[in-house]
Amino acid sequence: MSPAPTPPSKEELPPPALQNRRWIPRLVWAVPIAAAAIGISLLIRNWENAGPQITISFLSGEGVQVGKTLVKYRDVAVGRVSAVVLSADHETVVVSASLSKEAASLLKADTQFWIVRPRIGVNSVSGLSTLLSGVYIGMKTGAATGRERQFVGLENPPALSHGPRGRELQLHAARAGSLAIGAPLYFRQFQVGRVIDESLLGDGSTRVTVFVDAPYDGFVKPVTRFWNASGIDVKLGADGLNVQTESLAAVLAGGLAFDDGPTEVLPTAVGMPGDFTLYKNETEAMAPPDGDPHYVRMRFSQALRGLDVGAPVEFVGVNIGSVVAVDLGYERQNRSFPVIVTAKLYPRRMGQAYEALAAQGKTESVDTLAEFVGTLVDRGLRAQPRSASLLTGKLYIALDFLPASPRAAFDSSIRPLELPTANGTFQELEAGVGRLVKKLNDLPLEQIVVDLHTDLTDFHETMSELHGRVLPSAVDTLTALHTTLDSVDRTLDVESPLQRSLAETLSESRTTLQAVRELADYLDRHPDALLRGRRPQKMPARPAALSSEAKP
Amino acid sequence: MTPLRQSLELGLVLCRTCGLAVSRASLEVDRRCPRCKSRIEHRTPFSTETTLAFLIAGIALYIPANLLPVMHTSGLLGGQDSTILGGILEFWRSGDWDIALLIFTASVAVPFTKFIAIGLLLLTVRKNSRWQQRQRTTLYRIVEFIGYWSMLDVIVVALTSALMQFQMLGTAEARAGIAFFCVVVVVTMLSALSFDPRLIWDRRA
Repeated sequence: MSPAPTPPSKEELPPPALQNRRWIPRLVWAVPIAAAAIGISLLIRNWENAGPQITISFLSGEGVQVGKTLVKYRDVAVGRVSAVVLSADHETVVVSASLSKEAASLLKADTQFWIVRPRIGVNSVSGLSTLLSGVYIGMKTGAATGRERQFVGLENPPALSHGPRGRELQLHAARAGSLAIGAPLYFRQFQVGRVIDESLLGDGSTRVTVFVDAPYDGFVKPVTRFWNASGIDVKLGADGLNVQTESLAAVLAGGLAFDDGPTEVLPTAVGMPGDFTLYKNETEAMAPPDGDPHYVRMRFSQALRGLDVGAPVEFVGVNIGSVVAVDLGYERQNRSFPVIVTAKLYPRRMGQAYEALAAQGKTESVDTLAEFVGTLVDRGLRAQPRSASLLTGKLYIALDFLPASPRAAFDSSIRPLELPTANGTFQELEAGVGRLVKKLNDLPLEQIVVDLHTDLTDFHETMSELHGRVLPSAVDTLTALHTTLDSVDRTLDVESPLQRSLAETLSESRTTLQAVRELADYLDRHPDALLRGRRPQKMPARPAALSSEAKP
Repeated sequence: MTPLRQSLELGLVLCRTCGLAVSRASLEVDRRCPRCKSRIEHRTPFSTETTLAFLIAGIALYIPANLLPVMHTSGLLGGQDSTILGGILEFWRSGDWDIALLIFTASVAVPFTKFIAIGLLLLTVRKNSRWQQRQRTTLYRIVEFIGYWSMLDVIVVALTSALMQFQMLGTAEARAGIAFFCVVVVVTMLSALSFDPRLIWDRRA
């Protein structure tokens, strides 16, 4: 290296004239400071915007792509899949996704995720856009308060993905019928909601979850009854044929309907609010509450062909229950085979009489019913099989008062209650017909036929005689009559002499009669002429006679 | 090696614009270059400070320029944000290694070279080092030269977003990252400009 050069002398140094401009270079430092500030602010913003990381487990990761598949809420992207791995037990696919910060508040304990794929159902086609864009993960926030970062994804999208306003209701039924998810719910023929879930409960009954859109959810009250509106309701009533259906879609895909039930009594089957009973049809739904059924047994000593399980039991024409079993019994002492019919009765349907009895401080128990039935049996209540239709031969059980029937023993302590029975009306009819046939049998038919034959032979002889003798003379008589009539006709002819002389005679007699009347007139005015004779000078013209008559 | 004579010893000051050597005595009268009339300083005042300030600003802005997306492309199959490095990787993976290399050179290699080069120059000047003075001067010339090419990325994005406007089929839009990148390029160029290469040769006590 070269030796250090001699520093320039003090006089040669430039004058420190730039000292007063030092603030300008200082200003340069604002540039890195600003740059750093921007960088830091970006970092802070980025850090603030960093949303939560979540994991969702699915059974299949079909179509999910790292870095591409989006998480969407109401069709707006709120996150992106960051990793797809198999779970430790290799049973599920764990999808990790980073969500935006705004989406953090959507992550509740019951937030639902599902993979949106193209789906074609009975009443809807959805997710078609994913055919081109690839699948995405749908998201539906929940109502729970807890926060969650690990979710189990749904395999099927929920029926309501966008959480419309409304109300969710649970309907309970023994069987749901042919209901599909998405099947419509009607209120007076307006669609106001749909079925969003169906599940089989542990006890074998079904629970149907329906969603009623706002503002129609206000129509759902504690008294509301739900029923299955699938199919067509055809009724042949006194007013003609009545076909009723909610809609064609309901016929095809099934549907539900609801309306206000009878308002005077609250339905008993409501558990928690939002739980309703699903009835089989509108008639059943709208029936007043039946209360608990009571079982009765009836012992018939006659064959009951045509009595089916489910046949109605009617009390004075009102349906109060149905047959639940028809069994063959055996009575040892008289070796007979009675038919034992078990029926369930809804005593509340018997109406005011029963209610009055039940209200007398007694609980609605089988004892009440036994006591009630006991009093009725004393008045002649009997169970009687009757023909519901002559065409089909179906039977029903009628509980009716037959005062003429023999007195029956009724033990109100037997359970189930045993109702005294009477033979059916159709049997009486049969007996009557039998008697009639017997009478017909007893008629002396052969004798009648022989007598009738004899009579007919006599009649035939009479007729042939009539034909041989009477008829020819009758013909002669008729010919003579004809001749007579002919001559009469000629006699009466206008040109006949008789006719002419008759006319002359009549003309003369008219002249005569006129003379007689003149005479009578004259005599009337001059009665003295009978004595004195006619006075020819005082014979005026007829009008003058009339005027002279007016003078006196 | 014969010791180089410094301009100060010769009583001369060089005009940085036209390269005229002016005697210091004449500058006492007029501080302008007699030939090109530009202002003449013996050494650019606060050169290292300004260079350092712009360098730090450039480095600071280079981080968001790389982290933020520079372009958003959207087509029938959805949209996508791409960063510079992401774009390079994508080109590399799809087999366009030449384009990938070009973009890498323009947007990663060149800025880094500039940062390192200017940083090295500043450090050596600060330390009053006499190491490789000629090469360091060449390095400075290179840095000045390659500065223009850093704008390649900005131009690519500007062209793509201007040309690719097919509505439904596909659109490309510039994103914030490219603005940062542009500022980085400008700031590093300012940094290089404000460096006075004569300092490399100064021997101070």
